[in-house]
Amino acid sequence: MEVFVQTFVSGILIGGIYALVGLGMTLIMGVMKIINLAHGQLMMIAMYITFVLFEQLHLDPYFSLLVAMPALFLIGAIIQKYFLNPLLKVDSILPENQVLMTVGLGMVLTEIIRFIFQSDYKSVTTSYSSEFIYLGEISFNQAMVVAFFIAAILTLLLFFFLLKTDIGRSVRATAQNKDAALLMGINAEWITIFTYGLGSALAAAAGSLLLPIYYLFPDIGGPFTLKAFIITILGGMGSTVGAIVGGVVLGIAESMGATYISMALKEAVGMVIFLLVLIFLPGGLKAWTKI
Amino acid sequence: MKTMRWSTLVPLVLLAVFPIVVQSDYYRHIFIIALMWVVIGSSWNLLAGYTGQVSFGHAIFFGTGAYTAGLCVTQLGISAWWGMLLGGPVAALVGLFIGWVCFRLRGPYFALATIAVGEIFRIGATVWRDLTEGMQGILIIQSFRSKIPYYYLALVVAAACVYAIYRVINSKWGYYFVAVREDQDAAESMGISAFRYKSLSLLVSSFFTGLAGAFYMNYMAFIDPQVVFSLHYISIMAILVGIIGGVGTLWGPPVGAFIMVLLQETFRSSFFGLLPKWVSEGHVLVFGLLVIVVIRYLANGIVGDWPKISQLWSKGKPLPSATAGN
Repeated sequence: MEVFVQTFVSGILIGGIYALVGLGMTLIMGVMKIINLAHGQLMMIAMYITFVLFEQLHLDPYFSLLVAMPALFLIGAIIQKYFLNPLLKVDSILPENQVLMTVGLGMVLTEIIRFIFQSDYKSVTTSYSSEFIYLGEISFNQAMVVAFFIAAILTLLLFFFLLKTDIGRSVRATAQNKDAALLMGINAEWITIFTYGLGSALAAAAGSLLLPIYYLFPDIGGPFTLKAFIITILGGMGSTVGAIVGGVVLGIAESMGATYISMALKEAVGMVIFLLVLIFLPGGLKAWTKI
Repeated sequence: MKTMRWSTLVPLVLLAVFPIVVQSDYYRHIFIIALMWVVIGSSWNLLAGYTGQVSFGHAIFFGTGAYTAGLCVTQLGISAWWGMLLGGPVAALVGLFIGWVCFRLRGPYFALATIAVGEIFRIGATVWRDLTEGMQGILIIQSFRSKIPYYYLALVVAAACVYAIYRVINSKWGYYFVAVREDQDAAESMGISAFRYKSLSLLVSSFFTGLAGAFYMNYMAFIDPQVVFSLHYISIMAILVGIIGGVGTLWGPPVGAFIMVLLQETFRSSFFGLLPKWVSEGHVLVFGLLVIVVIRYLANGIVGDWPKISQLWSKGKPLPSATAGN
């Protein structure tokens, strides 16, 4: 029983961070209707920024959120403005042009980082990386708990932003119906640029939060891109509440899989859930929650 | 273009005399790999370019073909060459099953599902040690020491694949494929079963990809799940070969295959040793940049946008935009 609760708890904690990755993806998917296959790679860039700040300036990974998020916002906005938006005007057979573009961008980002930092594994060891809080028999990794709460705060801020501010409302309007939003005087092109930046910034936050409990190498982006769209599909495309639920479900499923099936199959658990959802519940959990 | 023009035999003849003229095994090896990519790229193109189903999982079929050949040796104790017979059909069966599962999804959802299935196959092949030897991989003994037999085999397979796809796209099937690509609902309402023709397209596509996989096993004599089921080195590479050469054109993927393999090798060997060694680390970076440039400026690939390219140095009248397709 303890093992079960322990597994469950660590699943929820990691799920909070996954939710942040998924939220970024879901925003981009909702507004642009494309799958961002460079999402994990953007997160990887943020992790390296955090890593460099820690190595050079001994800046705590949690404070480097303040640097990594704006930096990634900028990178994301540049990608959208100069690489993805121009494709709307290009005539091509495959409608997946923008998706293939993000594949190319992801490759370039990974390789640039590999050029600079080599393929070595890196990690950030903070004083709290291996500190535990005990609650009865259940242990909580301190870094994970802090990360979970920061992730929760960022998520709340995002919801406040989307529901209460003008720009947030414009983002939602563009996601619902781009043409109607245009007619209402919303600069949809600007909103796409903003949203891609925002999505990247959320991925950046997840990256910085994950760094103290994870390790880092240039190819880490790919697996996280996969995780991000498992979450998005699980939660229902473009549903923000769904992304949170999806993130937590994936976190729990992965840690259950690692404990009860095998460590090697941890990644496969996510994939199988993903396929089952795609086939049997194509709308994702949105079909049930209606949000 | 009902009958293939005789001029199309020129590249075939050139390729046939290549190993006689060039004695170096190194260059022969590069061309063998390029011919293998002609097969994979053309197969991917039949499904993605002509039928509009962008697959991010062609490594599934490549890996299945390769493992079929490998398992012939380790499990059945027969020659890996039986894989050349069995690899294609087994991959095609897998393809039919995957199509049955994934073709209920459209557009980007289909692409995502193929990534997921691909990863499941890769992890499955890694974990199921009793069958596949897991990460250890399968090692066999090459039948020939010379590259020549492999070269001509690859050439025959590549030529057969391109010819078969040429026949398919110029038959009734081909027109149905394009109809499904252009507008699935319209095609359905004209009485074309989208599911059926997508499956047929996938059947041909996975058959040839599996054949290429079986060839790979025989030629390289070593496979492991991380290589043959790789998302990056096989599935994405197949897409790159297709889009750089030209999606939805017969000659696009063959051109793309040679460009990609030659480029990869040029960079991997640091321009054949002429440039400092760090250049070799940049070959994936160059791929990425190439993808960005091609998608941005040559959306229909080098073959599909050839009129646009040739226009650059022949200052003639601006041509109407290339209507690539069938």
